Amino acid sequence: MRPFAYTRTASSSAAVATVTADRDAKFLAGGTNLIDLMKDTVEAPALLVDINALPFGDIVEHRTFVRIGALARMSDTADHPAVVRIAPAVAEALLASASPQLRNAATIGGNLMQRTRCAYFRDVATACNKREPGRGCAAIDGINRQHAVLGGSRDCICVHPSDMAVALLAVDAIVRTRGPRGERSIPIAAFHTLPGDTPQIETVLEHGELIVAVDIPISRLASTSTYVKVRDRASYEFALVSVGAALSVRDGKIADARLGLGGIAPKPWRALASERALIGVAPSAAAFERAAEIAVGGARGYGHNDFKIPLVKRLIVKSLASVAA
Amino acid sequence: MPVDVGPRAGPHPVPVTLTINGMRHDLTIEPRVTLLDALREYANLPGTKKGCDQGTCGACTVLVNGRRIDSCLTLAIMHTGARITTIEGLADGDRLHPMQAAFLEHDGFQCGYCTPGQILSAVALLAEKRPLDDASIREFMSGNICRCGAYKNIVDAVAAAGKQNV
Repeated sequence: MRPFAYTRTASSSAAVATVTADRDAKFLAGGTNLIDLMKDTVEAPALLVDINALPFGDIVEHRTFVRIGALARMSDTADHPAVVRIAPAVAEALLASASPQLRNAATIGGNLMQRTRCAYFRDVATACNKREPGRGCAAIDGINRQHAVLGGSRDCICVHPSDMAVALLAVDAIVRTRGPRGERSIPIAAFHTLPGDTPQIETVLEHGELIVAVDIPISRLASTSTYVKVRDRASYEFALVSVGAALSVRDGKIADARLGLGGIAPKPWRALASERALIGVAPSAAAFERAAEIAVGGARGYGHNDFKIPLVKRLIVKSLASVAA
Repeated sequence: MPVDVGPRAGPHPVPVTLTINGMRHDLTIEPRVTLLDALREYANLPGTKKGCDQGTCGACTVLVNGRRIDSCLTLAIMHTGARITTIEGLADGDRLHPMQAAFLEHDGFQCGYCTPGQILSAVALLAEKRPLDDASIREFMSGNICRCGAYKNIVDAVAAAGKQNV
């Protein structure tokens, strides 16, 4: 780990001003991803601003939404009765993430900001355009079993590792931030970006912009949501593929649908065309299979990860059937 | 610089005071020293083990304010003012903590390297009031890897200690 200076503050405006003023400064919350990457020198900030004393740790249910503070821990969020009731997919996704120890440290804001687990990104001896723009991508012709089948580019085929973000797609979550130019609200689907030819850019946040909360609107749709994850072992593992799904059915027809996909793209992937195809039809295996087929339109495997295309289709059908039941 | 940001510490060694097992430890360490390294290399408490050093094995599990975390993925300087509990702080003199006794009774280890982390994790699992059936114990102990594969006996030890209402 490279040497760095450390400071802490209980003021969000001071935290934002300090990081904004220094290109080499970063916010430090749970630290589970950042400190890990600093050990490998993938991250090498000159200054860490510890934000754990900021007043963003609470989860509060309002009349029309539940607000999860950015510093709420994954464990506390997963166990919170309002989250379990209002957005079951989010609670399920959090419980299916990491380990109890990591969930006790890692925060909701940090979960959204975590970096890919692509092994080439972590290994500074190999080529990675995300770590070192212009150096190439060792994954495209390398061991790419974990990698993306949708949304990748010639420069990057990594996958986004967050389970929670996929579930947030299914419940229309809003990310609230405070930055050098004030506050804003960003729908979760517009928060992460695709790699294109700038894989080092992963979100729409500016340098110094801080996540303060995630809001989940209360809706019947969100309360029916579920999260299903397939991985190489039963617990404590990242997704091979995952699905966050929600359906509402009225008079025998699907009135609304949400479908988020994980483990298959460089960002939490919303299958918008599949959602549209579901609306207005009766829930059935055939309708779910058609939605699954639409979701993988344009998907491409890179050899080792070809299996993800049929696997995600089957998982979409299974999860839609489970929320329709 | 805004006035409500604390002074910058480091990168050189700075004074950091930790409260470990009820004892005050005045250390002089760089901000980059992890809690795990502070315990083992500076506070003379090597009971907490370094396995992977990247948050995948759980050997370094400690309790911070009663909650289990991986001490390898957090900085010591972040925990001034917190109550840190390591394996050295569980027994009461010569009297083992009931979870330690249960691991002995059920032979919940082979080489023993992961054991301090397993025991602290198990103490926290009971405090979290997780269900104590085998599937739940396995799920909520999944952050602690045992390379010897003593899982069966570890699950038995946790269940037995849970029944004693530790």
